[in-house]
Amino acid sequence: MTEAFIYDAVRTPRGKGRASGALHEVTPMRLATTVLEAVRDRNELDTSLVDDVVLGCVMPVGEQGADIARVAVIQSGYAETTAGVQINRFCASGLEACNMAAAQVMSGQSQMAIGGGVESMSRVPMGSDGGAWSTDPAVALPTYFVPQGISADLIATKYGFSRDDVDAYAVESQKRAKRSWDEGRFKKSIVPVKDINGLTVLDRDEHMRPDTTMQTLAALEPSFATLGEQFGFDSVATQRYPEVERIEHVHHAGNSSGIVDGAAAVLIGNAEAGKKAGLKPRARIRAFASVGSEPTIMLTGPSFAAEKALKIAGMTPSDIDLWELNEAFASVVLRFMQALNIPHDKINVNGGAIALGHPLGATGAMILGTMVDELERSGKSTALVTLCVGAGMGTATIIERV
Amino acid sequence: MIDYSVDSTGVASIVWNMAERPMNVMNGESLAAFSDAVYKAINDKGVKGVIVTSAKNDFVAGADLVNLLKESADAAKALANSFKLQKLFRDIEKAGKPFVAAINGTALGGGYEICLACHRRIAADNPKALIGLPEATIGLLPGAGGTQRLPRMIGVSKALPMLLEGKKVDPKTALGLGMVDEVVPAADLLARAKDWILGDGQSSHVKPWDQKGFRVPEAANTPRGAQVFTAGNAMLRAKTYGNYPNAQYIMSCVYEGTLVDIDTGLKIESRYFVACTQSKEARNMIRSLFFSIGEANKLANRPKGVPTQSYTKIGILGAGMMGAGIAWAASSAGLQVVLLDTTQEAAEKGKAYSAGLLDKRIKAKKATEADKEKQLGLIKATTSYEDLKGCELVIEAVFEDRAIKADVTRKAEAQLEPTAIFASNTSTLPITGLAEASARPANFIGLHFFSPVDKMPLVEIIRGKQTSDETLARAMDFVKKIRKTPIVVNDSRGFYTSRVFATYVTEGLTMLAEGVNPAIIENAGKAAGMPVGPLALADEVSLELMHRVRAQTKKDLGDAYKSDGSEPVLQLMVEKLGRIGKKAGKGFYDYPADGKKRLWKGLAEHFPVKPETEQPALADVIKRLIYIQSVETARCIEEKVVLDVRDADVGSIMGWGFPPFRGGTISNIDTVGVKPFVAECDQLAQKFGARFTPPKLLRDMADQGKSFYTV
Repeated sequence: MTEAFIYDAVRTPRGKGRASGALHEVTPMRLATTVLEAVRDRNELDTSLVDDVVLGCVMPVGEQGADIARVAVIQSGYAETTAGVQINRFCASGLEACNMAAAQVMSGQSQMAIGGGVESMSRVPMGSDGGAWSTDPAVALPTYFVPQGISADLIATKYGFSRDDVDAYAVESQKRAKRSWDEGRFKKSIVPVKDINGLTVLDRDEHMRPDTTMQTLAALEPSFATLGEQFGFDSVATQRYPEVERIEHVHHAGNSSGIVDGAAAVLIGNAEAGKKAGLKPRARIRAFASVGSEPTIMLTGPSFAAEKALKIAGMTPSDIDLWELNEAFASVVLRFMQALNIPHDKINVNGGAIALGHPLGATGAMILGTMVDELERSGKSTALVTLCVGAGMGTATIIERV
Repeated sequence: MIDYSVDSTGVASIVWNMAERPMNVMNGESLAAFSDAVYKAINDKGVKGVIVTSAKNDFVAGADLVNLLKESADAAKALANSFKLQKLFRDIEKAGKPFVAAINGTALGGGYEICLACHRRIAADNPKALIGLPEATIGLLPGAGGTQRLPRMIGVSKALPMLLEGKKVDPKTALGLGMVDEVVPAADLLARAKDWILGDGQSSHVKPWDQKGFRVPEAANTPRGAQVFTAGNAMLRAKTYGNYPNAQYIMSCVYEGTLVDIDTGLKIESRYFVACTQSKEARNMIRSLFFSIGEANKLANRPKGVPTQSYTKIGILGAGMMGAGIAWAASSAGLQVVLLDTTQEAAEKGKAYSAGLLDKRIKAKKATEADKEKQLGLIKATTSYEDLKGCELVIEAVFEDRAIKADVTRKAEAQLEPTAIFASNTSTLPITGLAEASARPANFIGLHFFSPVDKMPLVEIIRGKQTSDETLARAMDFVKKIRKTPIVVNDSRGFYTSRVFATYVTEGLTMLAEGVNPAIIENAGKAAGMPVGPLALADEVSLELMHRVRAQTKKDLGDAYKSDGSEPVLQLMVEKLGRIGKKAGKGFYDYPADGKKRLWKGLAEHFPVKPETEQPALADVIKRLIYIQSVETARCIEEKVVLDVRDADVGSIMGWGFPPFRGGTISNIDTVGVKPFVAECDQLAQKFGARFTPPKLLRDMADQGKSFYTV
């Protein structure tokens, strides 16, 4: 099989996903073209070498609708021959887009492809695309639908993580994110978002709260208690997990991923195409996998996806130097560490979505880029990137520094 | 059956008038006649509008269920019938002339769906009339447009509770909900209907959903609708545990049907309706909740040839919780009640219970001060046995102690006419033994009420060895008089209800001792459809009481007593740990003053929980909790403790909340199938003990391919 290499990875900073956020004035189209243009310009890339652009987007409606990837390709002035496709694997869309781009390369059907993602959560809010799972009784009842927050609290309850455990994790995420910015660890990938005059709109992740402490978090009310207790979702969860007497609601805005706007792109190609473009490969894609897992607890997929990818790569957990798991909710990471016996100092070393935010369609590509940068910075060799996914899935990718 | 006439102004009247029945009901015959009249009116160019009404006290009470079950045996035929009915109602809607429902009285189910098809609904101001779509309560759904027209008319969030809970409301409430358009004095009903037809009706006989641009308020493709359905689905599962397919079908009819036009919506509704009629849950609920309870209320098992006893005055011995409750029930039915206790204070306290309930009813505007005064006037609180003179019936509800019971029996009987009945409200002591204190054991009977008496509709009537047919018949007359539902059982330890109910709790305790995770036991109880888990129920009953009853049984039975897995659990909890139940604030659960109950953290220390990999599957725990009740009931049938299987089913549902969708403990065996039930019980017996061994009765039935019911 042909090898797929990562030649570059870029991302926008993440703006707070609300009206007061810096990127709220920027269209998602502009976020997408910002990263596509950056990949082209900083690599002096002949875009006719790029066969396809795969972009994750989780709310592909309204201004994010109608195949935003293809329109962003046109809008960025790429070669007309470059195709574009938008995909949706919920929170792992950005990573899945990279995996699909890599798959095209590995199968020999594309020479070079871009994977990435875009999400303006402030402009196209979550839930905009409807969907049957929660609303259609013929689906919701037999499959025990609960919202993700309830699933996260179920994980904490079932696997024994207390409010203190999840809060302590969140405090550490903020601390690590601050250190990363202070030390310039994200510098290589960040592409500032600029206005029509070329003036900077945002050049730094703005969701972080580096002054977070256990005390500040203790003041926050659990976010999903009302939903669970008054709208029946706790009962749905314990009906599916009868070994749990009652759901403990431990998650809140401070230990869950932030709602933000942003985009990312990763340039992937085979060795020959890289040579043709005059680029040096930065990492090799060793293996990737997606997997379905039990949908009510929903967010335990990453450990299964990681195991599946490791098996494909012929590796064991001890072969991985750095782990990156999207911080959708603190309990998701704590359960992953528990399941695969991973020490905290090897996972999410630069902080994660609790501090930085989680622009749904883009995050996977963002954290893949973060790992490429971190392997180079630390001189380490292998990393496994993974995300939990709605409706019970996990997606994982293993890379190796070249 | 259906009277049709046209007056000089061109207003036609279609009048439901089923002479041979107490109420108008929809069946093949009446619908055919109604259909003829409807099309006659539609096709007659001289008819300017149509009043649909009834010549009886009620409008139309709903579908004829006997008829419905028979005709829905074949799904394809049932669907064709349903489409035909939908077309009739749709043709009313699109008639091009106004139809008005003049709702003179109760309009339920299909009866109200006729009204929904009409262009206007005018109800008589009759506070006793009930309006609603109660199909959900018997496992069905409104299949003649109810799930489509009601949400289109009043919005999804207002329609769903009416459809899912099957609420029946009076005309004023219906007006507030938008279910009727006007409420007028009964005398003006027809005139008002006619006025509307000849006035506004001439220009407003097109339904909103037949007009361009109509959108269903709160359909699922609106943001508000998405929220309503997302939360609604979860709340429905929280409540039903997925045990009632018709409830989900109702949600689905509304969800799917309001995303499309009405004609497509009606097709969707018909398909789900037919699915309901094919379900075992609907058959179980219709059989037990409708027919069997109906038969019990009609005293189907009353011994023949005994003249009906009318009651004017009864006595109650013991004014505690049960005595006070019975006093309430009897005085509510207009009977004089002598409420006797050892002190005047205790007797007055019992009477005050009725005063309290009446105050609540006054607050809820269901009674007046005059009603209160009148009813309390019927209750005489006393300490004097002489006041019992003239009572036709005396019920003792004193402490469960043979000596005390014997004493009050003698004292009361001394004051009574020889024909009077003496009843014991005992829930545990065999009646035949108690009757030994009586001078006329033929007139001695058990009347086992359930707590709280004002809410629980069941009375278990226990025949002692010497109780006469006449006494039984007259006791049944009393139960009917106070508007409760009687079941008749023969004397035996625990009678029927207490005996079988106990198996549920015992099985739960046994599992705890086996190392089953208590959360699984409790969740399985609720998922099985029981109102609460067995451990919570044990706490509510009181572990101490259960322990005491067991000690009494042990003493009574001597060597014949058989211990079971729950005995050491009770012993430990009560004797060693002092965790005696909810009243004490500690049992299997803790009951924090400020919060919800929680399983006691120390439980695992005394009842070690097996590792997760060795825990039973939920379905297996459910099976144990349900089958043990059914197999014990089958024993009761075999031992002739219960004589009529319908009584067994009714008693299990109304007495201790056995899940209605299973139709009762006996219907449950039929639902599983007698043969597979026997096979599964044999397996359970092998694994968990002889208490699951099926009685010979069941084996014989399995061998002969028999079932308890034919429908």
